[in-house]
Amino acid sequence: MKRIPLLFLNVVIIATCGLIYELLAATVSSYVLGDSVTQFSLIIGIYLFAMGVGSWLSGFLEKELARKFVEIELAVALIGGFSAPLLFLTFANVSYFAVILYSMVFIIGALVGLEIPLLMRILKDELDFKDLVSRVLALDYVGALVAALLFPIFLVPKLGLNRTSLLFGMLNAAVGLWGTWLLEPLIRRRLTLLRVKGFVVLVLLAIAFIKAESLTTMAEDALFPDQIVYAKSSPYQRIVVTRGKLGHSLFLNGNLQFNSFDEYRYHEALVHPAFAAFEGEPRRVLVLGGGDGLAVREILKYPSVESVTLVDLDPLMTGLSKELPALAELNRNAMDDPRVTVINADAFVWLDDVESPPFDIAIVDFPDPNNFALGKLYSTRFYKLLRERLQPEASVVIQCTSPLYARKSFWSIIKTLEASGFTVKPFQTTVPSFGVWGYALAKMQPFEKPGELRSGIELKFLNPTSFPSLFDFPADMTMPAEEIEINRLDNQALVRYYETEWRRFE
Amino acid sequence: MNLTRRELLTTFLGAPIALAACERSAPRALPEGEIVGANWQLGHVLREGRTFEVAADKWKRVRVAIVGAGVAGLAAAWQLKRKGVNDFVVLELEKEAGGTSRSGEGSPVGYPWGAHYLPVPFRENTKLIELLDEMSLAEGRSDEGDLVIKEQYLCREPEERVFYKGRWYPGLYLHVGESEADKRELAAFEEKINTWVNWRDARGRRAFVVPAALGSDDTEVTALDKISFGDWLRREGFTSERLFWYCDYACRDDYGLKLEQTSAWAGLFYFCSRVRKSGDESQPFITFPEGNGRFVRHMAERVREHLLSSHAVVSIVPGDGGAEVVCLADDELRGFRCEKVIFASPVFTAPFVIRGFSEERPFDASAFHSNSWFVANLHMKDRPRSRFARDFPVAWDNVLYESPSLGYVNATHQKGIDYGQTVWTYYYPMCHEENGRTKLLNYDWRELAEVALTDIGRAHPEIWELTTRIDIMRWGHAMISPRTGFLWGGERQKATQPYRNIHFAHTDLSGIALFEEAFFHGLRAAKNIFGDERKSA
Repeated sequence: MKRIPLLFLNVVIIATCGLIYELLAATVSSYVLGDSVTQFSLIIGIYLFAMGVGSWLSGFLEKELARKFVEIELAVALIGGFSAPLLFLTFANVSYFAVILYSMVFIIGALVGLEIPLLMRILKDELDFKDLVSRVLALDYVGALVAALLFPIFLVPKLGLNRTSLLFGMLNAAVGLWGTWLLEPLIRRRLTLLRVKGFVVLVLLAIAFIKAESLTTMAEDALFPDQIVYAKSSPYQRIVVTRGKLGHSLFLNGNLQFNSFDEYRYHEALVHPAFAAFEGEPRRVLVLGGGDGLAVREILKYPSVESVTLVDLDPLMTGLSKELPALAELNRNAMDDPRVTVINADAFVWLDDVESPPFDIAIVDFPDPNNFALGKLYSTRFYKLLRERLQPEASVVIQCTSPLYARKSFWSIIKTLEASGFTVKPFQTTVPSFGVWGYALAKMQPFEKPGELRSGIELKFLNPTSFPSLFDFPADMTMPAEEIEINRLDNQALVRYYETEWRRFE
Repeated sequence: MNLTRRELLTTFLGAPIALAACERSAPRALPEGEIVGANWQLGHVLREGRTFEVAADKWKRVRVAIVGAGVAGLAAAWQLKRKGVNDFVVLELEKEAGGTSRSGEGSPVGYPWGAHYLPVPFRENTKLIELLDEMSLAEGRSDEGDLVIKEQYLCREPEERVFYKGRWYPGLYLHVGESEADKRELAAFEEKINTWVNWRDARGRRAFVVPAALGSDDTEVTALDKISFGDWLRREGFTSERLFWYCDYACRDDYGLKLEQTSAWAGLFYFCSRVRKSGDESQPFITFPEGNGRFVRHMAERVREHLLSSHAVVSIVPGDGGAEVVCLADDELRGFRCEKVIFASPVFTAPFVIRGFSEERPFDASAFHSNSWFVANLHMKDRPRSRFARDFPVAWDNVLYESPSLGYVNATHQKGIDYGQTVWTYYYPMCHEENGRTKLLNYDWRELAEVALTDIGRAHPEIWELTTRIDIMRWGHAMISPRTGFLWGGERQKATQPYRNIHFAHTDLSGIALFEEAFFHGLRAAKNIFGDERKSA
C-alpha cells in the first residue's frame, strides 16, 4: 500500500508548516512590539500550549476522522497562510495588535495540535502502534528542523515574511487537497464538496501570493531591513530603533532620524557653526526638537555652556535617549548632564507661552515638514517667536531638509527665515544615510560667514579646511529661478512644496 | 420630547444616517454635560406685554440706555466711550455680554458658542479697522494701504476639509470624483461671481460690500432678492450637484437657511462681498480659539463699568424728551430715564417691549424672521486618529458632506496645539425643520448630545470615548433669516430710522447676521444720537 509513505510525507510538511507559522508570528511580533526575547518566548509558549489543547480536543472527535483531518488542514492553511499579511495590516494599531497576534497563534497551535493525533488514529489500523509512534514523531521533529533551517537562511531573506506565510499556507492546502485522494476510501460522502473547498483555499492563497508585492508595500514599507531593538507608539509618533551592520538607526513614523554610522556628520554640522558664529562665550543654549540628545552631546563639548534647555514634544523620545543603552551611549549620557533641562512641550506653544531669559544659541532640529503640525515649526510666526527668546547677538542653526531632493522646500525655509528678520547663511553637507543635507545659520543682525571653528573641541568630521566649504552650493542646489513662497501659518506653503518634492522619491 | 433613538436621528440627520447608526450600534452612554446659556424663560416674559411699576427709589437718570450687549450694543457703547460720552448704561438680558459671539473659557483654550471668525475688512471699513488696531491685531498696512493682520490671528492652514463617503478631502468644495461637467460649472460659477465682484452702479458702488449699507440699491441688484439662490443657480443654467451642495452649505453656514430659502441677493453677497477684485482670493479670516468672543470681550472690557448684565429690559416707554426703560434684575424692577435709547436687541422683539410700537407700527417687526441653531461644545481628552494614511488631516473647519449639520471647528487649531486635549464646536442650523424653534425647545440635552455625537461619530467612531463633556447651547433666535424678498422688501430700511427717541441698531437691519453689520449699525446709532443732539443744540 502506497499511501503510508505518502502520509508520512504529509507529517513532515504539516510539521514544517506548523513551525513556520510559529516563527512568523514571533518574528512579526518582535518587529512590532520590540523585545524579541519576550516575544519569542511568549509565542513559543502559547503555541506549544495550544498544541496541547488541540491534542486533548482530538479525543472528542469520534467519527469521520479523515474528513475532519482534511478540513482542519484547510483551516490551518487559511489562517496560517494569511497570518503574516493580517498581522502586518493590524500593525498600525498596537492596542489590538497583541490581541489578534496571540489569538491567532493560539488558534493555529490548537489546529496543528489536532492534526498529528488525528493522523495517527487514521493510520493506527495500518501499522503497529510502536512503529506508528516512532515514525510519526520522528518525522514531526524532522519537519521542525527543516522549518528552523529554511526560515532564517532562505525564506525570510528571499521571500519575505508575507510570501513565506502564504507559500506555506499553499503547501498546507495542497496537503489537504491531496489528502482527499490519499484518504478517499475513508471519506466517502461529499467528497467533491471537500475538494472544491480545498481548491478554493489554494486559489485564494495563490492569488495573495502573486499579489504579495502590493501587499508588502502596503504593510511592510514602514518596516525595516535591520533588526528592531525597540518599537513603541507614543501619542505623537511611532518610535522604532533598529540595529544593523552599520549600527543603530532611529525612525520616527518610519522616517530615518539618524544612523549611528554617520550621525556625527549631521550633528557636528548642526551644532558647531552656531558656536563659530557666536562672538563671546556662549552660556545659554536652546535646543528645539532633537530629543535623541545627539545635538546636546555636541553642545556639551563647550565648557562655557552653563545650561542647555531641550524642548521636545515627546516624553517617550527624550526618556528613551536617557534609558535605552544604545542611545544613551551614543549621546554620551547627555540627557543626564546636570546642565541639561528637558521640557516636553510643543515648541510652538512653548515659545508662545513661556517667559525665559534670552538664549545665546539656538539649535532647531525638527523632523522634516511632512505634515501641517510640523509645518508650523518652520513658519514666519514660529521664527518671530524664536527671536523673542534670543539675545540680540544670538546665533541659530536650523535643519532645513535636503537642498538636493527638496530644493524648493529648502529655499522656502531660508526665505521664511529672512522674512522673519534673520540674516541667513545657508550651508550643506553630505550625510550618507540621508544624502545631501541642508541647514541655515542665522543671526538677527547682518554677519559674515564664520571662517573658522572654535579651537579645542574634539570633532570627527569638521576640520579647518572643510569648514568654509560647507557654505558653497553646487549649481543643482542653489536658489531656483522661480518665485519661492514664504512659509506662513496661513498658507503652509512649505508642507505643499515638501509633499510634492519628496513624493518623487517614494 | 419622547422619541425613539431612530426617530430622533432621522429627524436631525436624515433616514440613511439614522438607519446606519442604529444598525451599527446600540445606544451608548453619553458623557456628562448640560444645556447652557440663553435665558428662554426671561426672554419670553417680554411677550406678556404687562405694565411694570418701578418703585420711586429705583429710578436712575442716564443720557443713553443701550438695550442688548451683543455686538451691536457693545459697538455702540464702545463708540460712545471713545467719543467721551460716559453717561450711559448697557442692559443685557443674559449673564454675560456678547450675544451670539459669546464664548467659553476652558483648558487648554477657550471655545466659541457661536460666531467664530471675521474676514479681514477692506481698507475702506475704517471704523472696524480702528477696533482691530486697538486690539493690536494689525502688523501694519500694505503698500496699497490694506490692513495687514498679524500671522497668528489669521486662520492657520489647513482651513477646511470635507468628509465624504468615509474619507476626508482638502477644501470645502468637493473635488474628488467630479466630472468634466462639474468642473466646467464650477469655473462658470466663479466667472459669474467675478462679474458681480466687478459690477459697479452709476454711482460707482459695488453690488455687494461689507457693510451692506454701502452697496448699490440699483434695481439690477435688488431684483436678485425676489428669487431664491437655488432659482438663481437654475436660471443661470447650473445643474451640478456638488455646486448646489457648495452653495447650500454656504447658505446654511452664513444664514442658517437652505439654498431654496435664501434670497439670491444674500447668496451672492456671501461669495462676492469679501473679494476685492475679480481673480482675488476672498479676504482671509481673523480667528481665535474662542472665535469672536475675543472681539466682544475686548469691547465689553472697555465699557465694563456701564455694563449691567442679567438685566432684562421689559418695557421701553418713549416720551417727548426721552424714554423710560424698565428692566427686571435680581427679582426687582429698575428704571432708567434717558434721553435716547439704542435698541440693540433683535428687531422682532420691538413690539413686545416698546410701548406704542404695535399701535403706531413704524415698521413691520414681524417681517424680521430669525432662525434657530444648536451648538455643542465637545471637550475631548484626545483627538481621533486618522483612519486612513491618505486622509486629509484635521483642519480648522471640518465639514460633513452628507450631514445637515455644518460639522465642527477645532478650537486648539489656531493656537497651534496639535496634540492632546481640545474642544470641538459642532454647529447645527435648524433649517431642515419646519417650526425649528419650537421643536428645538422641546429637545433636551440628552437628545441633542446624541445627535451631535452620532453625526460626528460617522467620521470619528472614537468620539464617544474621547469626549469627556458635551455642553449644548440652544439658540432660539440665532440670526436673522435673509429669506427671499426680505432684504429689499422695505421693512429693514424703515427700521434704520429712529422711532421717537429710540434708535435701532442690530445686524437684523442689514438682513444678514454678520459681525461687521452689527458693528456698523452700533456705530451708526451712536453717531445718529450725536447728530440729533447737534440738531437740537
